[in-house]
Amino acid sequence: MTASSDRSATADAPILEIRDLTVALPSSAERPYAVENLTFDVHPREILCVVGESGSGKSVTSLATMGLLAPGLSIATGSIHFEGTYTLTLGARAHNKLRGDRMSMIFQEPMTALNPSYTVGEQVEEVFQTHRPGMAASERRARALALFEEVRLPDPKRLARSFPHQLSGGQRQRIMIAMALALDPKLLIADEPTTALDVTTQAQILHLLKQLNQHHDAGIMFITHDFGVVAEIADRVIVMRHGRIVEQGTAQEVLNNAQHPYTQALINAVPRPADTADEAPDDENVVISVGGLSKTFHTPAGIFKPARTVHAVKDVSFTVRRGETLGIVGESGSGKTTLVRCLMRLLKPDAGSMTIGGVDFANLPSQALREHRKDIQIVFQDPYGSLNPRRSIGSQLMQGPRNFGVPRDEAMARVKRLLEIVRMPANSVDRYPNQFSGGQRQRLCIARALAVEPKVLIADEAVSALDVSIQKQVLKLINDIRDEFGLTVIFITHDLRVAAQVSDNVLVMQNGDVVESGPVHGIFNDPQHAYTKALLSAQPGLDWDIPTFEGAEDRVALAT
Amino acid sequence: MLYFALQRVGVAILVAITVSALTFSMIYLSGDPALALAGEGASNEDIENVRRAYGFDRPIYEQYFNWLWNALQGDFGRSNYLKSDVATVIFERLPTTMLLGACALTFALLLAIPLGVIAAIRPNSLIDRAALTLAVVGQAMPSFWFALTMMLWFAITWRVLPVSGNSTWAHFVMPSIALGYYVTPAVMRLTRAGMLEVLSSDYIRTAHAKGLPRMKVLFKHALRNAIIPVVSLAAVQFGFMLGGSIVIESIFRINGLGFLAWESIQRADLPMMQAIVLVLSVFYILLTLIADLLNAFLDPRIRVS
Amino acid sequence: MSDATQIGTSIGNKGAREGTAPLQAGVPQPGALDATPGQKLRRRIFGHAGVVIGGTVLFIIVMMAIFAPLISPADPFDQELSKKLIPPVWSDSAKATWEHPLGTDHLGRDYMSRLFYGARISLLIGFSAMLISGVIGTVLGVAAGYFGGRVDMVVNFIVTTRLSMPVVLVALAVVSLVGSSLTVVIWVLGLLIWDRFAVVMRSATQQVRNLDFVASAEALGSSRWYIVSREIMPNILNHLIVVGTLEMAHAILLEAALSFLGLGVQPPEPSWGLMIAEAKGMIFFDSWLIVIPGAALFMLVLAINLLGDGVRDITAPENRK
Repeated sequence: MTASSDRSATADAPILEIRDLTVALPSSAERPYAVENLTFDVHPREILCVVGESGSGKSVTSLATMGLLAPGLSIATGSIHFEGTYTLTLGARAHNKLRGDRMSMIFQEPMTALNPSYTVGEQVEEVFQTHRPGMAASERRARALALFEEVRLPDPKRLARSFPHQLSGGQRQRIMIAMALALDPKLLIADEPTTALDVTTQAQILHLLKQLNQHHDAGIMFITHDFGVVAEIADRVIVMRHGRIVEQGTAQEVLNNAQHPYTQALINAVPRPADTADEAPDDENVVISVGGLSKTFHTPAGIFKPARTVHAVKDVSFTVRRGETLGIVGESGSGKTTLVRCLMRLLKPDAGSMTIGGVDFANLPSQALREHRKDIQIVFQDPYGSLNPRRSIGSQLMQGPRNFGVPRDEAMARVKRLLEIVRMPANSVDRYPNQFSGGQRQRLCIARALAVEPKVLIADEAVSALDVSIQKQVLKLINDIRDEFGLTVIFITHDLRVAAQVSDNVLVMQNGDVVESGPVHGIFNDPQHAYTKALLSAQPGLDWDIPTFEGAEDRVALAT
Repeated sequence: MLYFALQRVGVAILVAITVSALTFSMIYLSGDPALALAGEGASNEDIENVRRAYGFDRPIYEQYFNWLWNALQGDFGRSNYLKSDVATVIFERLPTTMLLGACALTFALLLAIPLGVIAAIRPNSLIDRAALTLAVVGQAMPSFWFALTMMLWFAITWRVLPVSGNSTWAHFVMPSIALGYYVTPAVMRLTRAGMLEVLSSDYIRTAHAKGLPRMKVLFKHALRNAIIPVVSLAAVQFGFMLGGSIVIESIFRINGLGFLAWESIQRADLPMMQAIVLVLSVFYILLTLIADLLNAFLDPRIRVS
Repeated sequence: MSDATQIGTSIGNKGAREGTAPLQAGVPQPGALDATPGQKLRRRIFGHAGVVIGGTVLFIIVMMAIFAPLISPADPFDQELSKKLIPPVWSDSAKATWEHPLGTDHLGRDYMSRLFYGARISLLIGFSAMLISGVIGTVLGVAAGYFGGRVDMVVNFIVTTRLSMPVVLVALAVVSLVGSSLTVVIWVLGLLIWDRFAVVMRSATQQVRNLDFVASAEALGSSRWYIVSREIMPNILNHLIVVGTLEMAHAILLEAALSFLGLGVQPPEPSWGLMIAEAKGMIFFDSWLIVIPGAALFMLVLAINLLGDGVRDITAPENRK
């Protein structure tokens, strides 16, 4: 809670006033309105966080404000006043005058938000060209460079001549911010601007936004699903659900004293370190032990280019005991995906050993490998890609046991038992993946993995694609199953908070190296490596002591 | 970029060599080429003479390398029907076919790109549906039948255009339309699909959020990116059209390469057939190479890496 | 994902997403059980104008071909020079007669009978050539997409080589050298037009191959053959059908062009392309001889293309509810 909450109380007239706004969805949609009876203000110099899960209508709100609603969405009732002007009847031309000048927007996906065909300098200068047609080319250039300085991009001159694909995600997002701030707008809308970024980059961007907020007059409407981010930057908070505002108030009030059960449930779902004490190590029961595992990718030399070598995984060693969870944490490019593929033997490691139940899995020849595949199973990140859309759930879930010679009836019985364990109805077997939601699909994937009775279960970012509330349920399910079956779980994640919540031991990876490993409490309370420290301090909302609201989930379920 | 270009050139050369080998082996399709060349009713002695004269008695690879070596120097042998140098005849006819192809491509692009853009800007509108119908109909229309139908109306019923020949520009109108019309649906669909994809992309939303006027968003930001694949397609289609000119040229009696190919096939003029197939293939390879390089040049993601 | 794009672009399948019931993941959504996939598929098929029209026209032409001997007014090979060039019944000419509803050609053969028998040739050649090219292209494409690496490079090279040879010209040359017959035309076309199968199957396989369920199947110890046949093929089948229809139409048009140029099906067989070629000389006075087989060819190809486009629309992910 670094942002000063007293500033929101200033007597400034609001820049944006939204009253009773209702946006209608096309008649084919499953609910009549994208947002309903929305009323709120944005004041100068404040950061207003709009929080909600997918489908809450938070993005529709921002696009309606910008006058950029997708065709098919129309404003049914209500009003939007921007700097006192009623914007809903403005023509396209008048709206264009506002956009990019008086109000501007940053989007979620920096990788695709910039036009690949023009240099980023050109794209920033285009704002001046459009809104200040009289401005000389030299001044445009100078002001663009000044903006690049302001958003702390290195070497602005060189950068301005770069194309978007030459920059990193964080740099692109800075360009987007520079573009949005070019003409010192009154309102800046940021739609999940850090969701697609690594946590350390996210921390830098949040820091930048907070700083800019002190030098510019703009009110910032910041859309997010992450209460950690809210705790980091918000002055005021609006919580949305199913197109309606369920709660609003100052950041203090909402974060620490939420009233609505839905808000409480969302806050409950924010991952936090589990307070289980470390159990005494029991070396007898080591299930998987990995030693010196390495994988290097070679791009062979062409006639005209030198060979390239990427050390994706360097000398990784660890052991995990029965009933234990190992968290492997790393940002993009840390080598955790390659590590997973090596552990699964979807890739053959170059060096090292990997023993599961006494068998060196890393060096098995392919025939023997197939027989031992059942010992280690995986649940992937993307719930929409990990089930075959053309085959029934039953047929897919039975496949594993069938591959290992289990008779059909027995395999079916096993699948039905597992469906019960992952809390899915037994009639799921006759249905197809498109009839299930993301969270349900992850449950089915867990059941599929368990069907071959593995010793080790790898969860590869298994909850990252899910909304926080679903995330929490799936995490709990994985933990329950681990305890019930005495499974060994390897939990791969980019999110330290999630790792802390589910793991006994944690391994931190950077650029293919393990930089630190040990019991979860040690890593979190006394990190040794600089990178671990950086990762930890980059977690949004560190200063927030997350409250717990007993029974909020039940009250929400009742309210639906 | 340099590496990319060199790699493409390398592949193109390999493809050209493979095509030349295939083309060369065509003469063995009929069984004994000497027999075919000597003509029906030739005596055994004649056949043996032909075999020696054309080198069919030597090992195949030697024949091939000889043929390739000569072809590389512009010597495709002599036509045994026209009794003249194959290369000379081909390079006499080539410009006519190129002109026809260029006219047809211009016609196709002028029709297809605007239609594709409009269809994408207003999906499911009347224009979009009309354009799609045109595309579906165009793809189903046999080009030779379309050519004859046009001939029936414009040349015979209304008498506004000449029936056949290639002496004036008016002679090229119907053939260009007939040849180009067949390319239009593909180009239009690609333009439409490309525009639709680009228009729904994040950077178009960014451009709108910057407050750019709609036209500028459409042309500067959207079309600039959507047109890149169309450029490659146009080059590739130009190659196909040169190959397809055989039908149109023989209908309209245009004295180009296609017509020559048809005549040669009917006269069983093997050296001529081989040479035309090779020339058209190499042309196509060059065109796709140019398309690849152009593509890389237009797309900074390939150009600046 | 930003929920605005989700609402804007895929309102249809939003029901299956979290949005509706974020806190009750275990419970199946109401509405998901309304229709089986089969029922939905049927609904989509009969709701699609292109599929209905294309399917009907194709059905009629197939029936014409199958029952040609029963429904033809006369023997398509029977020449009667005294009755040559009778115009069809709708013309003003006094010669027009119901005995020859579509008139007769320059040799006095009944045009309607020739049209019916011609449908047999078009369909036979189109379908057989499509099968041959489909097998070649699918094997190459799936292999390239599944194995990647060197296999992919080699397949790419083969496809590029094939594409650089002009189809019509090579087909004509080969047919003229080998000698023309129905079988030769089928094989030449089949061996020439597999490129699109290979290209489309390759990219479709690549896409599916990278999905996690394929990795899961590998991790579950499924064999390579099983993965290709049960995990990948069902997901690229729709592309295969679409390309199959396109290539069948393509083969039919190519056969017509070859026959038109005199190097496809040989007289006196009643190929539609050949019928147009034979009538070419009579374009000045008896243009119906060109219009009728041309229109038949056009309708057949159009019907097949409409059906193909329909399959693409119906199976496109954004239309699957």
